[in-house]
Amino acid sequence: MSALTDDTLPITPRAMRDEMIVFAAMALLLAIVPWTGIYPFFVMQALCFALLACAFNLLIGYGGLLSFGHAMFLGTAGYVSAHALKVWGLSPELGILVGTAAAALLGLVTGYISIKRQGIYFSMITLALSQLLYFLYLQAPFTHGEDGIQGIPQGHLLGIFDLSKPLVLYYVVLVGFLAGFLLIYRTINSPFGEVLKSIRENEPRAISLGYKTDQYKLLAFILSGTLAGFAGSLKVFVAQNASLTDVHWSMSGEIVLMTLVGGLGTIFGPVVGAFVIIAMQQYLAGFGQWVTVIQGVIFVACVLLFRRGLVGELAHLLRRSL
Amino acid sequence: MQALYAQLLVGLINGSFYALLSLGLAVIFGMLNIINFAHGALYMMGAFVAYFLLNLGGINYWWALIIAPVVVGIFGMILERTMLQWLTGLDHLYGLLLTFGIALIVQGVFQNYFGSSGLPYSIPDQLKGGVNLGFMFLPIYRGWVVVFSLVVCLATWFLIEKTQLGAYLRAATENPTLVRAFGINVPRMITLTYGLGVGLAALAGVLSAPINQVRPLMGADLIIVVFAVVVIGGMGSIMGSIITGFALGVIEGLTKYFYPEASNTVVFVLMVVVLLVKPTGLTGRAA
Repeated sequence: MSALTDDTLPITPRAMRDEMIVFAAMALLLAIVPWTGIYPFFVMQALCFALLACAFNLLIGYGGLLSFGHAMFLGTAGYVSAHALKVWGLSPELGILVGTAAAALLGLVTGYISIKRQGIYFSMITLALSQLLYFLYLQAPFTHGEDGIQGIPQGHLLGIFDLSKPLVLYYVVLVGFLAGFLLIYRTINSPFGEVLKSIRENEPRAISLGYKTDQYKLLAFILSGTLAGFAGSLKVFVAQNASLTDVHWSMSGEIVLMTLVGGLGTIFGPVVGAFVIIAMQQYLAGFGQWVTVIQGVIFVACVLLFRRGLVGELAHLLRRSL
Repeated sequence: MQALYAQLLVGLINGSFYALLSLGLAVIFGMLNIINFAHGALYMMGAFVAYFLLNLGGINYWWALIIAPVVVGIFGMILERTMLQWLTGLDHLYGLLLTFGIALIVQGVFQNYFGSSGLPYSIPDQLKGGVNLGFMFLPIYRGWVVVFSLVVCLATWFLIEKTQLGAYLRAATENPTLVRAFGINVPRMITLTYGLGVGLAALAGVLSAPINQVRPLMGADLIIVVFAVVVIGGMGSIMGSIITGFALGVIEGLTKYFYPEASNTVVFVLMVVVLLVKPTGLTGRAA
């Protein structure tokens, strides 16, 4: 399989320093959001999707695996967390834990099935599996079908932080996002991440070097699914509902779009992409189905004109890795 | 028993659509190395062209069977010339992403003008009514869809496997550079192949219009099932696509009778089983 990113730069101390500076700037900017008058609900939603896109990017950008079914992790974790909070009455931290664990388990099962085939087949299998789950959730009683699970109590995180206060919730979501982001960053730069990149570049060669590539791919898939699920569990507290929209194939498409717009295989691209796409949906909400058309146009434009994405193009201009 | 035969017939009809669509996907994948995500949207366009022909031009079903695939085929060839051809040499995934974008655009535009509800398209007079076969009542139109689809599938198989043109096509799939060296215009063949593939999808759309109504999203969910069919059958063989398509339609129909709750998931479940038992798919080469 050919490389998705054409200019992978070596990890040098300088690159690491650049990335940490950008990360610090990003964290600072996000931390002062509540005092800027920007609608915090919008930013919280964007942060959940940013983490989701980063998790997706771990697979495609570093493992070369295009999952077209990542909505299944978002939706599954969302449903399980929502059910745990509302029906079982679990505390927020346990609710998040249960939802994320469900996504991890789902990642293990679906990953085991989908990595049996490579390339384009992998994408079709993940899409089909997420559609299978969509129909299961449509029929399962605990999801309440078309209505979804609504009116989810937010509660007190660790018994201290009152999540029904927007400011508290904002910082909890922000901390969750930053922690997930750092975990992905650490993974990419670990020996495990290096093996993953070698699989993306040339899988037969990685096999000939003695790596059990299937195990690496499976582990990457589980990690990506778990983090996507974590984002889904966080989103339950923001949106206070869990519905079929989150499991639908169009949601998987949106996750792909966010990452593509920001830049496949870039560290900060998915974050930028998520904010761009969520902002676009916010401002164009009154245009009905034209939003879908515009998303399609962005897909086409990204693939034909700027495959590196926003951050990828910037990084290319500056000759830095971002 | 009546209900069982009725569901079997529905299964055969769905199987016809799976076969026509997965056949087109396989032919396109062979030549362009692209999984055509827009296939469902172009299937929908075929049905809409038939609808427009009847309601705006008063042109009947029989002409629509010819005109719709040609119109959509030409639209597809324009897409190939203006967009898809620039992806040559890039990773397969970009083809999937590009055609997904095209599908969103086409479906979004139609949804804007026609909403999400279905538009009626009546069965042509010659195919109205039904015959009593003794063990079941067969609506003539439904029987026609199955027989006609089978004929089209076999004709496509014959075209690709048994004719001179098909030989060029198969050769160009294996080694385009060498075939070009023999003086055959491979880029034009690629364009025509894409036109043929999407023309088959449009034909399926026309056939389904009187049964399923004409809806902007009629192809959106169907294409995902067809992907599962393709994963099960593999894309290596034309006959394999046809047989897998019909077989899965029948299995789906049987599920509707014996365990209706699983009818819309059975193809996906079978895909999982096939992946666990025989990861390369039933007929496909390892990919």
